[in-house]
Amino acid sequence: MVPATITNVFSLTVVLFLTAVIVFFIGKSYIVSLSQSQGMRPHSLRHYYGIYAAAWTFIPAIIVLLMWTALTQPVIARLSQSLLLDAYPDMNSAMLQLRLAQLQNISTGLIVAPDDTMRLIADAHAELRTYANDLKFVISLLVAFAGAGFAIRQIKPEQKARIKWEGFLRRLFFVAAAVAILTTIGIVSSLLFESIRFFSQYSMIDFFFGTHWSPLKAFSSSGGQSEIDGVVQGSFGMLPVMAGTLLVAFIAMLVAVPIGLFAAIYMAEFASERTRNIVKPTLEVLAGVPTVVYGFFAALTVGPFIRDLGFFAGMDISAQSALAAGGVMGIMIIPFISSLSDDVITAVPRSLRDGALGIGSTRGEMITKVVLPAAFPGLTGAFLLGISRAIGETMIVVMAAGVSAQLTANPLDSVTTVTVQIVMLLTGDTEFDSLKTLSAFALGITLFVVTLMLNVVALSVSRRAGGRY
Amino acid sequence: MSWPCPYLGVQEAVISNPIKDMSADERLHLISVSLNKRHRKEKQLKLAGLAAITLAIGFLVVLMTNIFSNGYTALLQSEVRIDINVPKAEILGADGAIDIQKSQAFNWNGLVKKSFRAGFPDVKGMSDRRMLNDLVSENAGYELRQAIEKDPSLIDQSSFWVKTSDDVDMLLKGRIKTTLPEKLRRIKDSQLVWINQLEQKNDLRKVFNTAFFTNADSREPESAGILGAIVGSAMVLMITIIIALPLAVMAAIYLEYFAPPGRLTDFIEVNINNLASVPSIVFGLLGLAIFLGFFNMPRSAPLVGGMVLALMTLPTIIIATRASIRAVPTSIRDAALGVGASRMQAALDHVLPLAAPGILTGTIIGIAQALGETAPLIMIGMVAFIVDVPTSVTDPATALPVQIFIWSDSAERAFYERSSLAIMVLLIFLISMNLLAVFLRKRFEKRW
Amino acid sequence: MTNPTKLSTHDLNVFYDEKQAINNISMAIESNKVTSFIGPSGCGKSTFLRCFNRMNDVIPACRVEGQIMMGDQNINDQKLDPVLLRARVGMVFQKPNPFPKSIFENVAYGPRIHGLVSSKSETADVVEDSLKRSGLWNEVYDRLHDPATGLSGGQQQRLCIARAIAVSPEVLLMDEPCSALDPIATTIIENLINELQERYTIIIVTHSMQQAARVSQNTAYFHLGHLIEYGATKDIFTNPADPQTEAYISGKIG
Repeated sequence: MVPATITNVFSLTVVLFLTAVIVFFIGKSYIVSLSQSQGMRPHSLRHYYGIYAAAWTFIPAIIVLLMWTALTQPVIARLSQSLLLDAYPDMNSAMLQLRLAQLQNISTGLIVAPDDTMRLIADAHAELRTYANDLKFVISLLVAFAGAGFAIRQIKPEQKARIKWEGFLRRLFFVAAAVAILTTIGIVSSLLFESIRFFSQYSMIDFFFGTHWSPLKAFSSSGGQSEIDGVVQGSFGMLPVMAGTLLVAFIAMLVAVPIGLFAAIYMAEFASERTRNIVKPTLEVLAGVPTVVYGFFAALTVGPFIRDLGFFAGMDISAQSALAAGGVMGIMIIPFISSLSDDVITAVPRSLRDGALGIGSTRGEMITKVVLPAAFPGLTGAFLLGISRAIGETMIVVMAAGVSAQLTANPLDSVTTVTVQIVMLLTGDTEFDSLKTLSAFALGITLFVVTLMLNVVALSVSRRAGGRY
Repeated sequence: MSWPCPYLGVQEAVISNPIKDMSADERLHLISVSLNKRHRKEKQLKLAGLAAITLAIGFLVVLMTNIFSNGYTALLQSEVRIDINVPKAEILGADGAIDIQKSQAFNWNGLVKKSFRAGFPDVKGMSDRRMLNDLVSENAGYELRQAIEKDPSLIDQSSFWVKTSDDVDMLLKGRIKTTLPEKLRRIKDSQLVWINQLEQKNDLRKVFNTAFFTNADSREPESAGILGAIVGSAMVLMITIIIALPLAVMAAIYLEYFAPPGRLTDFIEVNINNLASVPSIVFGLLGLAIFLGFFNMPRSAPLVGGMVLALMTLPTIIIATRASIRAVPTSIRDAALGVGASRMQAALDHVLPLAAPGILTGTIIGIAQALGETAPLIMIGMVAFIVDVPTSVTDPATALPVQIFIWSDSAERAFYERSSLAIMVLLIFLISMNLLAVFLRKRFEKRW
Repeated sequence: MTNPTKLSTHDLNVFYDEKQAINNISMAIESNKVTSFIGPSGCGKSTFLRCFNRMNDVIPACRVEGQIMMGDQNINDQKLDPVLLRARVGMVFQKPNPFPKSIFENVAYGPRIHGLVSSKSETADVVEDSLKRSGLWNEVYDRLHDPATGLSGGQQQRLCIARAIAVSPEVLLMDEPCSALDPIATTIIENLINELQERYTIIIVTHSMQQAARVSQNTAYFHLGHLIEYGATKDIFTNPADPQTEAYISGKIG
């Protein structure tokens, strides 16, 4: 058995890297002696032959190593799962999950096996892991040596080492660029996969048009309720959640748009260079404050403040309200709106301003009657991006908006949003089978599609503005 | 004229033009009438802009003041002096050194509480004694044990400063109003009397809150610290940089130098731009479903957190890197190509070093954004209550912003104060990162 | 034949920060004539033109010293409201710059902001008359409410002229109005200038000497911020007094 300190990914990477460094020097001196003995100048600079050999040593081995590491976990889990199922034939899925977790803990020595069967399986489990680790060590080193041997045999003066290496790099760079595509595919497929599982158990119409959202509690008087495995599930009508999301976003825009827009107008049209240089970075600080800080401010200062105000006015307002969350979210979005609007306004060409002033407009008329109408599509784009941000924002609403799903337009009510529900449903124990966790993914894909559409529309609206001047 | 002229001539004005028909004086008078009003409107617009900026900056000031005024008191921690005689026989082994086994079995907390109660011989009755006990931290015994095990000479000391409970701490810092009716207070009237007695005996003091910077999370606010969260954040960011920076640089070089114009390249660009505006929580869902669900990676681990945040910050860094590559004049690339370098050599050996400061600046800004990110980390379970400082990237851990979230959700008033201080620490990190970026940008601005 | 003086400058100096763009220029512009400013690029002719309706105020670094008289008023007096001045001295720019509104709205813009029209029918009359006088009416009368940006470059420039004359200014400044246009559109505008001169005092900056010769009665030649020569167009072109002017006109510099 190879000691674990060597078989962990990090030290194995170091081992492979050192091997590659050695191979680099071997390759380099090999080409020197080869070209001397054959009396032939090598095609490329000699260090390229070293790099070529080292790359063949390191890269295939590291790929094998990473793949092995990533795949052994799920494979071992499958194997132990089948072992467990053999040992305890009549187990429900929750019990299986529990025992799997137990196995993990027994084999790492955290807990003692509760019975003999479990101990046997745990031993088998641990043995499997040791096997996998040893094999990982052996195989990745084997691959490294094979690569080195292959590359060194290839080395000869007429070989175009640099061209090959650069061709490889180019392909590698392409793969790096394609990670963006892979990420999108990852997002879409993971959201879609779980959502399809959700919709196979829950009616799509009930989800999108249902007016009752109570995923955690059994709810018997609504039609949007279903029964699976004898357990009464909650109901998942997302309209109240969507309504809450839109209410909070609306309040946020009510704060952010006027303040952001007027600030941008002042900065673009009235402020001196010096004022701009001070105010712009200051507003950027507002944009750099983490959302959890805004959430903290909303939940522990603004919310209670509104509640106390309501108390004096004789109203019973909860400390968690759409107004607190939306208002603070608006503050967060101000710099976003103001900097985008500033860009759009300053992009209105000089000639239009000259035209307006030349006919005798005041500066104010120039702004309100010529510059702003000209900038209108760009400004619309900025506002749409702001809305998309407000809808996707999580921490402020998690901390300050509340969790009660209700169809309301009253800003003083506590509401819940799509992001709050995703967090609520997925924190704590997460097993992928329950309808409750699957519904979070259905909410997730709704959120993704809505924000994506807003971004696309915003982009096309402001792009259309480009040809107007 | 050599070209045909389609000009049809000025058409006769058959209609009356009221403006043309006015005399010049009439016209000027008409304009002057409304002129003041027009200038007033312009001033109003300017004032509205000024008001908006003042409001926005005002919000910033209120936010910062609020956090500072709530947080600075957490730098201090109240302690109470208790006369304690440590029973050596129950702790020392035969060789006169501390016997860890015996020490572990010994009821340290009982000793502290008993010694504390000895200072108040008049207090009788179960409930009064419990209220008296509540003045001292629940962790006082544990911390006394740690101190003595670390420095056995302390065992001869007859009096010790131990932490008060968080409620006493809050009272001494003025965060609990004694004017409130007793029912609404966490410190009762009888406790106030005892605290007064302690104050008169000079048995209360406030010292620098070291535990806040050297401990990980705890159930007791007076023992809770941010070290675990800071280490967790550092690990997350390290993973983020290791993954995102090379990927971003390679992708940017590809897109700027090698990408053939066409559908695939366009598609990559569209994807990068769209990913930049996907809500962060969606990246959390991705991490949950793919990294945890499919690859069975460990929950709550900085490794996974770093991977998720790397994917999230990737577009930001790619966009910044491309901008700084593009800012390097093409003449430099052309010069390299002109002396016979390959495209790859020109990109890697000549353009990349010149673009490095810009790339670094973009990376720092992307990393600062990742440092403040909370929602995706919550999704992959980094929101757990963890009392140990993580030692590897696969250990369960939390991160600084998540720690703030956890604390601000807690009922104790003392956690409110501590999360404010944690926010101050987070903001200090963020501000220094941004200042570093600004400094780098200034330092390396346009050398050609 | 000389007409009365409409505008005159006295020792006018213009600075951009420390750099002097216009040196001590004193000249008088005749009313109801076309005066053209010519000279090599960067000679300050546009800067000088923009002094007549204080458009240089917009540029923070720009400082104008000296007197510009219009009637008995110094229009370079900072106390004078440039808004009022610009209603009297209209301007047409190098690049056609119609507002992103309809054709109608473009022309109606000036009369409306200055409060010169009080009813819809009045506005419509002013718009129609201005478009007719700028020779655009026949081309656009059936699409007055289409966006102005849909017009061709030459049409756009005539629209800008219509927009400027809609408020019936006394003076019309034109800053290279044809430089962005094709030859046909240029001819149309030049003919239009000839028609407009009856009612307006026109100053036109041009880099084309042929254009100056075709449209103007008076010509001023500028070089490096100095006024070199000023007089009747036909004299300048046939018999320049200054060797620099001669060199420019014969194509040796410029």
